[in-house]
Amino acid sequence: MKDIFWLIPFVPALSTLILVLFGRKLPKKVVSWQACLSVFISFIIALISFFSLLKTPPESYPIVKNLFTWISAGSFSANLSFQFDPLSAVMALVVTGVGFLIHVYSVGYMAHDKSYTRYFTYLNLFTFAMLILVLASNMILMFVGWEGVGLCSYLLIGFWFEKHSAANAGKKAFIVNRIGDAGFILGILFIFLAVGSSEFTAVNQAVLGGLIARGGATLIAILLFIGATGKSAQLPLYIWLPDAMEGPTPVSALIHAATMVTAGVYMVARMNLLFTFSGTAGNIVALVGALTAIFAATMALTQNDIKRVLAYSTISQLGYMFIGCGVGAYAAGIFHLYTHAFFKSLLFLAAGSVMHALSGELDMRKMGGLRKYLPWTYPTFLIGAIAIAGVPFLSGFFSKDAILTQAYAQGQYFVWALGLMGAILTAFYMFRLIFLTFHGKERLEPEAKKHLHESPKVMTIPLAILAFFSIVAGYIGLPVVLGKKVNIFQNFLEPVIPPASEGHLSMGMEWTLILISVVVALLGIYIAYVFYLKRPGIPHSIVRRIPGVYKLLYNKYYVDEAYNAVIVNPLIKGSEIIYENFDLAVIDGALNGSASATGFFGRALSALQTGYVKDYVLVFLLGAVIIVGILLF
Amino acid sequence: MSFPILSFVTFLPLLGAILLMFIPKDKKGALYTISLAVAFITFAVSLLLYFNFDAKTADPQFVEKGAWLGYGINYHLGIDGISLFLVLLTTFLMPIALLSSWSYIQERIKEYLIFMLVLETGIIGVFLALNLFLFYVFWEAMLIPMYFLIGVWGGKRRIYATFKFVLFTMLGSLLMLVAIFVLYSTYFKATGTYSLDLFDYYQMGLNPGLQIWLFLAFSLAFAIKVPMFPFHTWLPDAHVEAPTAGSVILAAVLLKMGAYGFLRFAIPLFPDAVTKFLPVLVILSLIGIIYGGLMALIQKDIKSLVAYSSVSHMGLVMLAVFSLNLEATEGAIYQMLNHGLSTGMLFLIVGILYERAHTRLIKDFGGVSKQMPVFSAFFLIAMLSSVGLPGLNGFIGEILCFFGIFSSSRLFAILAISTVILAAAYLLWMFQRVMQGPITNEKILSYRDINKREIGYLVPIVVMMFWMGIYPQTFLRKMDASVTQYINRIKSKEKVFVLQPKSPADKPVKAKETKPR
Repeated sequence: MKDIFWLIPFVPALSTLILVLFGRKLPKKVVSWQACLSVFISFIIALISFFSLLKTPPESYPIVKNLFTWISAGSFSANLSFQFDPLSAVMALVVTGVGFLIHVYSVGYMAHDKSYTRYFTYLNLFTFAMLILVLASNMILMFVGWEGVGLCSYLLIGFWFEKHSAANAGKKAFIVNRIGDAGFILGILFIFLAVGSSEFTAVNQAVLGGLIARGGATLIAILLFIGATGKSAQLPLYIWLPDAMEGPTPVSALIHAATMVTAGVYMVARMNLLFTFSGTAGNIVALVGALTAIFAATMALTQNDIKRVLAYSTISQLGYMFIGCGVGAYAAGIFHLYTHAFFKSLLFLAAGSVMHALSGELDMRKMGGLRKYLPWTYPTFLIGAIAIAGVPFLSGFFSKDAILTQAYAQGQYFVWALGLMGAILTAFYMFRLIFLTFHGKERLEPEAKKHLHESPKVMTIPLAILAFFSIVAGYIGLPVVLGKKVNIFQNFLEPVIPPASEGHLSMGMEWTLILISVVVALLGIYIAYVFYLKRPGIPHSIVRRIPGVYKLLYNKYYVDEAYNAVIVNPLIKGSEIIYENFDLAVIDGALNGSASATGFFGRALSALQTGYVKDYVLVFLLGAVIIVGILLF
Repeated sequence: MSFPILSFVTFLPLLGAILLMFIPKDKKGALYTISLAVAFITFAVSLLLYFNFDAKTADPQFVEKGAWLGYGINYHLGIDGISLFLVLLTTFLMPIALLSSWSYIQERIKEYLIFMLVLETGIIGVFLALNLFLFYVFWEAMLIPMYFLIGVWGGKRRIYATFKFVLFTMLGSLLMLVAIFVLYSTYFKATGTYSLDLFDYYQMGLNPGLQIWLFLAFSLAFAIKVPMFPFHTWLPDAHVEAPTAGSVILAAVLLKMGAYGFLRFAIPLFPDAVTKFLPVLVILSLIGIIYGGLMALIQKDIKSLVAYSSVSHMGLVMLAVFSLNLEATEGAIYQMLNHGLSTGMLFLIVGILYERAHTRLIKDFGGVSKQMPVFSAFFLIAMLSSVGLPGLNGFIGEILCFFGIFSSSRLFAILAISTVILAAAYLLWMFQRVMQGPITNEKILSYRDINKREIGYLVPIVVMMFWMGIYPQTFLRKMDASVTQYINRIKSKEKVFVLQPKSPADKPVKAKETKPR
């Protein structure tokens, strides 16, 4: 049973293949069952592999399964080979577990869509690619998964491609990701040149063995991180993720919250030896993470679109994961990845359930007072919000606290402070969302109100399960202050991720930090309560007082506009100018002997424009013969 | 002597063309049946080349050599790891190109098919000829059918496009002819023997001064064919005006003849000159990559967009070729095949659209996916292959090229990788404007999805894309020996001079450099 793990990705792959070839002829029921079942089987295999991994001594990690030599030429080679170790195990379980629940939810959510089969084909394909990503044993194969999930993201964001906005968002996501990918490929090439292989074990050995200089390590790590900023939506490449909300909501939950966007975090954690060895790169990761966390949180404050709030929140939370990785607490980063997968997919699915109830309404200004109509959605949504806000005893609290404590312990006070500010904003905007949506006055459109209904069981049961895990998932990673042994999660990952160099924090300090986190979370919620329930006039008066700031936030700092003005438009305008003035004018002009090409060349060629190609060839041939004659004799 | 398989593969299409001459021109069915049968048999027989190819041998195999006109002008064919797949690509795509013509070509069908088959003979001959005279004959012969294919069955500005195409190509190839004669006379003066045998020339040490001129002459011919920047402007025009099948063959195979020429002739014959001109060549290739990508971004016609994307892709191939190492060279050859499949398929896709819409302007489309879902899937795959998505063929070629380029120069690799972004940008943007969004043009509602014939000729390409992306060993391992020998040949800087050029097996005897005359 030790090496059946490599089968995990291939069950959804098989399902994809069947759907591609025969999907159009299969009845809807079969499609749903097959799609969900294939992910469930993967989940079971992942569980079996996980338990057999527990029985394997850590010295023999990772378990590698090499299928065949994939590419090789000269000194370049890459195998189609997979590896299983605690880190892959966590990722595989999250991807298949949460993925399965979202597949099931989709059966209800997408029930009336015309392109039902196409949807599940993409979703299965995504699961396959994501599993390749997390199980690959070398960077080249990892890149296959990396690009594969990018493709599925493109396809699923643009799922309703008849809409301009959806098609645009899909394209944008792919192209922005490609910018990151360019950096990623370069990083891989540098690694290959330094190590002669891209197998993770070989790279790690090379780092430990001092084969890579520190400067080189920093360069490589930064290049890889550029890739991560694309995939995991960090500054400055985060711009695609808010637009990605054009896709169906379950897709937002699976791809743009729980799994794909965390690929960058996974990659950094996978390469943790390199980042730690570099030092500088780690600091950059932490700083970018912290800046993104706060930057995105501020943008979430003013959004009225329920999914966009969640999207900015995802960017912000991914920032936290990178803070964890950057300060050397990779296990904490992955821990947050894991808890976030539950509560953020819960939030998205619950938001989807709200949309479902309101016939597709996304604008929170047209909601309010929904709690009594949605007896399942409301409590689960609330649990998700409490978890992400960092209220004690729910999963998000433990993971976020672990990150912030570590940041403080490593002396990264600036990062810690940013993280803390982000935390208060998080609590605030999440509860702003809750209050606007479920509490207060009903502001529903009459038409929407007529069809108002709670979602079917196939949707609410996954919500309930995710809510359950959003509460309990944190208990395998209790704060170290309660004892070394209680952080089961960190201990489990230890063979892959050596724990961060011990920060010197006293017990008192640790408790203080925890207390600060708690206060911050509760404060954020309280402010939201005052602003949106108790005195709903306050937000308006604030907007009136600082209209500039509000406008700036509401328009997301005009970053998209700036990118268009500085990069996209000049590129297109410039190309047009070059095309008209060089390709058409100079090169062709010279050939055509048009006015722009003067002198002998122009005249000589313009004589030919009569079309007598034959004459020209004859003359040339004659010339050639004469030259040859001279040379020969 | 065993069965002359190379001659068979080369001349069977020509025989088919001759046979077609005796068929009445109004019998469309019979004409197509015969030409397709010929193309299929050619492909089937060329597969034997693959199966019987000895991957361990670097030298040409299935060699056929015989006296022809005397004075060193011999009939000499052979195939090695560099040309093997280019020949297979040609024979593979020809039946597909013919199938795609069934509804596209409405007039002078007979002549059209004859030219297509003649073209095939010309192309295969170019890849197989090992005698420079023979090579030149095929090189030029291939121009004639191409000239007519664009000139007769092309679009509105076909005369202009043909003129430009022929002018550019002639310019290059005539200089090459001069260079071949110079080589010929130099060899004769040095050894007293007439020879136009490529392998005799390989063993001849030329003085660096002469090499420069010869290299320039050869390079110009090949650079125009590739096309390398700034000799590329004939390509968009030729593509836009050519009929679908003409575009397919032009992009998929004809352009490869340029790169092949560098690998087979220009680089190994004149290694000193290569070293001297390397910076220029590399920079032109790099400009081609980026320039082609930028130009593709703003094209209004889908075909010229794909044409400019070819400039960009072939720029990468050439940059890899000029990296002069094993990985890059195998990557370049692989990328040539990839480009043949992906761009060939893109042109087929555009052709399918054109048959329905009678326009190729991007702005006339929008929302086609909804009307033609099956077609949309094929379009998507072709696009992703061209973008270099892992799992499909393009990625293998790109990563090998990048790796090889990177081993030679970090900076160039960094610049070359911009193609990853640009390709995604111009293709996805085009795809969005053509296939996605709401249907604004009512005519689109009358498009029917692709039929069985169209699916039939697209599926083999898709299968090959996946195969080449998932199991490239099938292809790469056959190249190893020949590419290694090629690299060794140019790496060994020793100037050798042949005294007794009787047989290639004789070891060359080292001699002093010849003094410039």
